[in-house]
Order: sequence, then structure tokens, then C-alpha cells
Amino acid sequence: MSKVTNVIVAGLGGQGVLKGTDILAEVALRAGYDVKKSEIKGMSQRGGSVTGDVRFGDEVFSPMVPAAQADYLLVLEPTQVEPNRHWLRPGGRLITPDAVDAGALPHKRTLNVALLGALSAHLPMSEDQWLASLRAGFDESFFEGNKQAFLIGRAGQKTS
Amino acid sequence: MNESERKLLSGDEAVALAAREAGVALGAGYPGTPSTEILESFSELGGHAQWSPNEKVALEVAIGAAFGGARAIATMKHVGLNVASDPLFTAAYTGVSGALIVVSADDPGMASSQNEQDNRRYAVAAALPMLEPSDSQEAYDFFFAAIDISERWKTPVLLRMTTRVCHSYTVVQPGAARGPAPAPNFQRDIKSRVMIPAYARAAHRKLRQKLSEMQAWNESCPLNRVVRGSQMLGIITSGVSFVHAREAAPEASVLKLGFTHPLPMKLIADFAKSVVRCVVVEEGDPYLVDAIRAAGIQVESKADMYRFGELDVTRVRRILDYDLSPEPPKPAGRPPQLCDACQYRVVFEALRKKDCIVAGDIGCYTLGVLQPFEAIDSCVCMGASLGVGLGLRHVLPAEQAKRVVSVIGDSTFVHSGISGLIEMVYNPPPSGHVLIILDNSTTAMTGHQEHPGTGRKLNHEPTGKLVIEDLVRAMGVRRVYVMEPHAGSDEFARLLTECLECNDLSVIIARRPCILIAKQLKQYEQQRCECDAAPTPAAP
Repeated sequence: MSKVTNVIVAGLGGQGVLKGTDILAEVALRAGYDVKKSEIKGMSQRGGSVTGDVRFGDEVFSPMVPAAQADYLLVLEPTQVEPNRHWLRPGGRLITPDAVDAGALPHKRTLNVALLGALSAHLPMSEDQWLASLRAGFDESFFEGNKQAFLIGRAGQKTS
Repeated sequence: MNESERKLLSGDEAVALAAREAGVALGAGYPGTPSTEILESFSELGGHAQWSPNEKVALEVAIGAAFGGARAIATMKHVGLNVASDPLFTAAYTGVSGALIVVSADDPGMASSQNEQDNRRYAVAAALPMLEPSDSQEAYDFFFAAIDISERWKTPVLLRMTTRVCHSYTVVQPGAARGPAPAPNFQRDIKSRVMIPAYARAAHRKLRQKLSEMQAWNESCPLNRVVRGSQMLGIITSGVSFVHAREAAPEASVLKLGFTHPLPMKLIADFAKSVVRCVVVEEGDPYLVDAIRAAGIQVESKADMYRFGELDVTRVRRILDYDLSPEPPKPAGRPPQLCDACQYRVVFEALRKKDCIVAGDIGCYTLGVLQPFEAIDSCVCMGASLGVGLGLRHVLPAEQAKRVVSVIGDSTFVHSGISGLIEMVYNPPPSGHVLIILDNSTTAMTGHQEHPGTGRKLNHEPTGKLVIEDLVRAMGVRRVYVMEPHAGSDEFARLLTECLECNDLSVIIARRPCILIAKQLKQYEQQRCECDAAPTPAAP
């Protein structure tokens, strides 16, 4: 089987974890990959822990990232880092809110998109493909704010 | 591949898209994770979708549509099929004139359910054909196959999905446009549809005959397929377990079953013979393996420890490796909780303070069981708060009996609390009883769906409204209180004390819209007022 890229996004209900996985899966689809996204809904709306899995590559089988095989772990809420660290493979990359300057964000609700920006610096999809997915994924009025947050996250990774 | 046509859809959305393209005339259901999005998507795509008060009614409505020659779908979560099982079993006898697809969305691992029952057992018990998709593409493709089977054999078809199939998004390549569905038209067929014993006896024989024809057809059915790999290891699997197995053992030969009742035993026997070691990999109950072994075919089963919870790639590897060592515990995340600003916090605080014995029900408010409240003492199934509370009142010593209350939400009350309320009026305990209806004007837990008490349809358009207090009074309950719970107010606590002490039957309706959708509800209400202001047609 060819290489599959595994990403886990984690946080608390209401933080936009699942929106984040939507955007990531959409950009992978636009880039022509096979992609699967898995999430557990239901009680997640009540402020509990939420994780979403996105896998993409030439051919993806299971929709769930296997134990300790995440290449990237995005965590939107500091308390959720330890409960989710076990997903990362050895050498996998952890991306936390520390990756972006929260004060520079247009709105604190754009943290999910800013962390996607940080992730994007390590993935093969083009900036245009990302922005197209952002445009498709939100109400038009949110696009500029999200674009700004995305670019802040993306720039932060490139210089570090 | 035409890239522009590839869609990333959840299994639920894929079923909705297929239902729309297949010309399904009516979709009915009751919200329940992970099935809810099927009807919501079907409605968004322009389909006629409606929430029924419960799954039994939903299935009956769909049966009626299919009696009328239409293509119909009924959707529900696994425990919902328990509620709908009465019509299900006899609809297998009557059969249908159009097509009827019953979607059962099971929840192995209990992401959001009170049990992890395996509804593949229902296909056997009710004698229905069953299809099990593995991903969204199959959810889409199998829906059309289900329609074909339903129309060919005039039978309801069980489309059995699971949480990971319903809620995973995978790539779907929609197929070519299909011809229009047959137009609904009533044809009288009394002996097929009126199940008095004389007609039902013949119907049962006909049903068994259909099943044996379907089994023969299933032996060469394209819904089952073999992935040829090593002769050393063969895997027989179905549903989402298939994709886990392909990843866990890419070298293995795999018999992937899509049409899983009645099972194609000859196909299975031939496959088992073609490999040295043959393992059945299935999530949940040993449904496949028991049936295959009962047919005299030698296969390996998973160890009993893998019967609990979902399967995944790691667990399938362990099954294949005979690994019985304890699995590493998953690090605990933060559990869900009642929202910080939830109006029902004051209710649970009061119940806790009065040391009430609380028969609870299914919904957000079940979270009152967690800290800091720990104010729910039982939660069995939809509507059970009434019956369980009354049973406790009848047998407990007086000092305990007088502290028993039943707590139920508005949507759950409409679903199956009404019969329990009739029981309360008909068989009142000597100490009376207190029913608290938490009316937040929505089905909050499953993502804010409408129900008959909101006065809005599935698509939020205004419709007839069930007024809960009117219904309760009409049933003969004299003490009916409607109040608005607020943090910092002791109104609820005072009312509760009064009701507990009166030794009579009381119903407190604690009404305040869910804070998560308060704004949206105001908009809907405005639309409703505008609608009410419009002239209504005169009665005939």
C-alpha cells in the first residue's frame, strides 16, 4: 500500500474541531487524493473531548487512524494534548495553539483555521487549493478572517 | 475519473443522495445518532422527509407509502428499531407493493447510545433481506440494490449501517441517472395486507419461499466479492470491518459480504475451502461466525474480548495474531457535560438537594448523572422514566417512595412518555407521583431536530403543534405547572417541594428554549406568527 498521511485534530466540543477536519478533507479531495474522514458526533456538542481523523493518499482503507500512526496531531485546547499524544507516531509532529500568536488572529474562533495554516506548511497541497477549500467551507462573510488566520498559521511554520 | 463528480460524503449523506436519485417518495424517521443526517440531507436535497413522534409510527408511515406503490425509507438508530419492531416483523409477512428500505444505524462502542445491540439479529428474527455497506460509495450503491431487491421480491429490506459508516466521509462517485420511480397507485390485495391468522399463515409460507429464492440469488450476487490474495490466510467479513481487515492484512484473501441475510453459504463454503486458515472478522455479535459454523463450515472466530466496542485496524491485527493480552486503556478525555448556561442546572441542583430518587430518560439531561449533580438514578430507554418511577413508587417504603420523581425531555415525552403518563393516571401510586418535563423546545441531544411539540416540521416550516400542558390536563392530571427555570431563582425548588409533599399526581413543565439555539428559535417563532396571521381556510 502506498503512503497514507494521517492527521488527527483534537479539542473540545464547540471549538471547530470537526470544521477543521472538513476543510482538511476537502483540500485533499481537491488535490485528487483518496480521502477518508472519521468523527464521532452526538455527545461531542456538550463540551466533551472531540477528535476527528483525516487520512489521505492513493488508496485509504480504514477511516480511522490506527493507534500511534498519526503523522500530525493538531490540538486546539492545551488540556487535550496529553490525552491525545498517544496517537502520534514516533517522529510525528504535534501542532498546538503555541504555533500561532493568538493575539494576531482576527478572532479567537479562527484558531482552528490558523492551526490548519500551520499544518499546511508541511503538506503537499497548494495555497490556492487551501484557500479554495476555505472559501467553500464557510459563509462568504467569514472568508477574509479565515484567510488571514490561515496565512498567519502558515507563515509561522515556514519561518520557524 | 471525472474529478468534478467526486464527492466527499458521509454514509448518511450517500444514502440520502441515493434515495433522492431513486425517486423515494417519502422518508420518515425519528432522530437518533448516528442515523439523523439521512433524513436531514434527504430534505435538503428536496426529498419529502418527516420526523415522526417515534420510530414505530415512522415505519408504519413508510409501510403505508410502500403499500401505495411508492418507494419509501424509514430511518432510525439501532434502539429505535426495537420501538419499530412490531410493524417490522409483520411487514415482512405482508410485503410491499412499492419499495421499503429500513435503515438501522447501529452504534458499536456506544459513542452515543445506551447499548450496543447488533441489529443484524433483526434480519434473522424478522426474516428480512439485509445489506451492509462498508463506506459511503457502498452506502450509495447498495441503496439502489436494496430498492431492486425490495421491488423484485416485494419485501422490506434492512440496510444495516454502523456509526463509522454513517459518520465517516469517504469519496463517492455518483452513478448515471436512473429512470423515474413507479407512480404510487393503490391496488387492493386483502389477503396480502390484512394479517388475520388465516391470511398470515399463508403469508409466512410465502415469506420463507422468498427468503430461499433470495438466498439462491445471493450465491452469485455482485454485492459480495472476493479479493484474491494469499492462500494461507482468508478473511470473511462485512461492513466497516472490511476496510480495517484490508489494512491490517493486505496480503490476505478476503470474502467481503455485502448481502448478509440470507447468507450465501455455498459461496462461503467455497471460499473457506480455498484457504488454509479462515477467520471471520466482524464487529459486535458473532452473527456471521455462528451462522457459518451452524452450516458446518469450519472457520475461526474472534476472541470474545473483541465482541465489545468497535473494531479498528489494531484490533483486527490482534484478532489475526491470536493476541489475548489486555488492550491499553484509552486515555480519558473530558466527558460531555450539561452546558454551563443550561437552564436545567437549577433543576438538577434542586433534585440533588431534596435527595430525590430520579427515574431519568434519554437526552442531554441524562448528563445530570455526572458531577456535580449525580442526580439521575436510572436511564433505561426512551420513555422509561415514567414507568420506572411509578414502579418504584408502588413498592418502596413510604419514606423513599415520596422522594421518587420522573424526569423526561419534551421530545422524549412525545416519543414514548405519553403512554407512561396514561399509566400514571390509570394506576396512581398511593403517594402520588411527580413528573418533570424539561421542555427546551427541541430535540437537543441529537443536534436540535424538530418534534410535534415544537409546531414545526423537519424542515422547520410551521405545522400543527402538540401543546404538552393541554395534553397532560386532558389526561386528567389536576396539578399541572408550567414554569421557566432560571439560575439564581428558587421557583423550581419551591414548586418541587410542594409537589413532593402533596401526595397527588403532579406534572411540572419546566419550559425554556435550549440556549444553543435560542436565537434560531426566535426566528422560527416569528415566521410562525406571520403564518398564523394569514387567513385559515374555513372548515367544510
